[in-house]
Formats: sequence, structure tokens, C-alpha cells
Amino acid sequence: MTNAITESDTLVVGGGVVGMSLAYGLARAGDRVRVLDEGDNSFRAARGNFGLVWVQGKGLGAPAYARWSLTGASRWPAFAAELMERTGVDVELSQIGGLTMCLENSELADRANGMRQLRNEIGRHYPFELLDHEGVRKLVPQIGPDVVGAIFSPLDGHLNPLRLLRALVQGFESLGGLTSSNVHVESIAHRNGKFQVTAGGARHEAGRLVLAAGLGNRELAPLVGLSAPVKPNRGQIVVTERMQPFLKHPTAHVRQTGEGVVQIGDSKEDVGMDDGTTIEQLSRIAERATRFFPLLAGVNIVRTWGALRVMSPDGLPIYQASTQHPGAFVVTCHSGVTLAAQHAGPLVDWIRGGAMPDDTTGFNAERFGHVQSH
Amino acid sequence: MFKAIDTGKQRKVITLRVEGHDVCAYEGDTLAIALLNADVVVFRRTPVSGQSRAPLCLMGICFDCLVEVDGRQNVQACMLEVQPGMQVCLQKGARRPEEVA
Repeated sequence: MTNAITESDTLVVGGGVVGMSLAYGLARAGDRVRVLDEGDNSFRAARGNFGLVWVQGKGLGAPAYARWSLTGASRWPAFAAELMERTGVDVELSQIGGLTMCLENSELADRANGMRQLRNEIGRHYPFELLDHEGVRKLVPQIGPDVVGAIFSPLDGHLNPLRLLRALVQGFESLGGLTSSNVHVESIAHRNGKFQVTAGGARHEAGRLVLAAGLGNRELAPLVGLSAPVKPNRGQIVVTERMQPFLKHPTAHVRQTGEGVVQIGDSKEDVGMDDGTTIEQLSRIAERATRFFPLLAGVNIVRTWGALRVMSPDGLPIYQASTQHPGAFVVTCHSGVTLAAQHAGPLVDWIRGGAMPDDTTGFNAERFGHVQSH
Repeated sequence: MFKAIDTGKQRKVITLRVEGHDVCAYEGDTLAIALLNADVVVFRRTPVSGQSRAPLCLMGICFDCLVEVDGRQNVQACMLEVQPGMQVCLQKGARRPEEVA
């Protein structure tokens, strides 16, 4: 492949949920798209994802982000149906409302206050309920006595993130999209209105370049006059053997998947580029899960893993077009699942020359005070 | 279907209950071997498709010999020594959620 040259309308760097949502949307809109994706040794948030389509609690103090997430969640049923129709892949979307269960009254009160504040800030219909123990029990009879209550948001849901990734990849390919896998971007040049990207011994040219490489955006963005000061935040996940369905509603920390396994994720750790697991966190996660659901106590654990969230300093997305290098974009966020339909739709329209969606105009990296450039 | 190799050594026979029936087994055998000796071939049904499964590796790796033992679900029969009076049920599909005492 050395010296091979490919040509596309748009190059997308990164084949995770964010990159593939964009690539799928771009291809659907008519672009000839090539995705440049690294190998399985890279840090893949998309493959460690918990799978929540989640609105509650998001965007406190940042109502534009709250609205962007709300719209994202509301687009999911149609997006899931579209992926199903195009690829036959059922992403197992269920949006019957989600719970954040609390074990302490003070935590519940804080969350309820946050939700009230969000409702005021957002200026839009924002349904949620504050449930006491009995209220939670009506929705989820299996809770333990330590659960003091929960926030219930009817907008929240969950899906199978691996099926989502597969659906996006298949959908992208069915639209004529091409992927170069196991390649690392070595250089990016911008000449005569074209981006020239060398990766895996080949040169890839396109008029547009979209950086959606998760934590890799940190290094790549400055090559085209952009900035993505994202940092890793580790989450560890515990997965049980398959169980007969008992938990219909996803909760922020425990959910039962379409195939019956119970997935438990309950850690946020600042440990750098380390996606391993630790006995300390795993046992803490398991212990808390058995307080939420005592019936989990005797259940076998079949898998555990760690994955790195892609976090900007304020937790909000970074969407920015390069002024120095027109045609280059950076897209990164923590909530690639919730926002997948937004990325495939309105954000693609912006990348292809349309106006930036209203709620996203503040998501540039200048808010962090500096933009590195080359 | 399976026949234990006769080593000429006298072995003590114990009784366990499998799906409500008395089953004889040699002391010291694993539960998986005891069940195979008793012509139990299908140990479990898989959670998603309901296909039948039998022990494959007999050494703790394949997890295809899962049964219920004394009320505990999804126990590896190949990793457990038979005990007199052991109550064994075959595992039918996914684990049932149970309240713990």
C-alpha cells in the first residue's frame, strides 16, 4: 500500500461511535467518505461504553448542552428504526425512563435540586419525578431497603453499544463508505484546499477532514489549528451471567441488557491512560450494586473491564471548525451514544456547510482559554 | 452411554438427588462425572436460544456443565465433588432472579 493515494470528499479520523455516527451521516448525505481507524490496541471508549441514552442531570449550568442532549434522546427512536431498516441490526433501544437511585437522603436531595434548577434553566418541557423508596419499588420491585429514593426521568433509556457500533459500520458500508483499519495518522498537511493525511503508509486526500479520534484528538487537533484538551477518565464495568428479565428500567449504575446480563458501572477515576481494572474498584462497584439490588449477591460475574471516557475540562462537547484550515473540524464528546443521532444529522449538516446548530455554538474550545496552533 | 473405567478398586457408593430422583455415584467423583455416569447428557439449556449443552472440558474452562446444586444456580458441575444427599437440578435457561435470605 505504500504511496497509494485515496481520494474522498471527507476523511473521518476515528472509527468509534462518534466517528462512525458522523461518517454514517456524511455518507447518507451524499459524501464519499473514508474512515481512518486505529487498531484494537488503541483506547476505544466505544467498546467499553455502558450504553445509556441519558438526559437527566446533564447540562446543569449549561442549558444549551441540556437541550442538545434532550433533542438527541428524542431523536433516538427514529434513528434506531432507521438503522434497523438499513442494516437489520437491532440496537436494543429501550426508552421507557431511567432512574438514578440513591442510598443517601442528602444525595437524593442534591440531585432533586439539580433537576429543578435544570428545569428552570432549560426553558423547555423537562419531565422528571422525585421518587421515595415506595415510589421506586413500584417501578422496580427488586430494590433493596437501602435505596432511599430515585430521580426518574421518562426520557432516559439504554441500548446495546456494541450493536450500535456494528449498525453504524454496516450502515456506513452500505452507503458506500470506506474504512482503512489498523492505521495511525502520521501526518496531516493542507495544500491547495486539500487535506493530505498519511496513515498506514498510504496518502489520503479529501476536501474535508473531521477529527473524531477521542483522546487522540488531543494530538491531532493542533495539526489543523484546532484544540481538544480532552483527558481520560476511567470507568470500570462488571458484567454478570445472563439472568431472566427482572429490571426493565435502566438505572445510572445498573442495567439489564436485552440478552439478560446485568451490567454494573459505577466508577470515575483519574488515572491517566490506564484502562485496566482494580480489585478495589470492582469490589466497591459490586458491593454498591448489591445494596441497590440484593438479589445480585449470589450472581456470578463473568466479565469485567475498564475503559477511558473522553472528558473535556467542563464535560461538554467540543465542536469546532478550523479558521486557519477551512474544512477541518474537531468533534469530541463524552456522550457519543446519547448524541449519535445529533452527530449523524444536524452536526453533519454543519460540517457540510450548513449553519451550526443553535445549541452548539458555544461548544468551541476557546472557552478553555487557549487554542494551540501550528 | 458413558461407562466408568474399572480400576479394580472398590469404591464407596453414595446417593444424591437429581431432578427429584435418587442417583448413585462414586464417592470422590466430580458431580459432572457422576451425572454422565447416570446417563444425564443434557446438563443445561442456553439462556438465549435454549440449545442443549453438555460438559466439554471437564476442567473448569468451558462453563457448559452448569447445574443447580442445593439451590445455587449456574454451578460448574465439573468443579464440585459429589456429596451424599446433594440436591441437583438441571439449569434451564438464564438464572432466575432470587431474593437472598
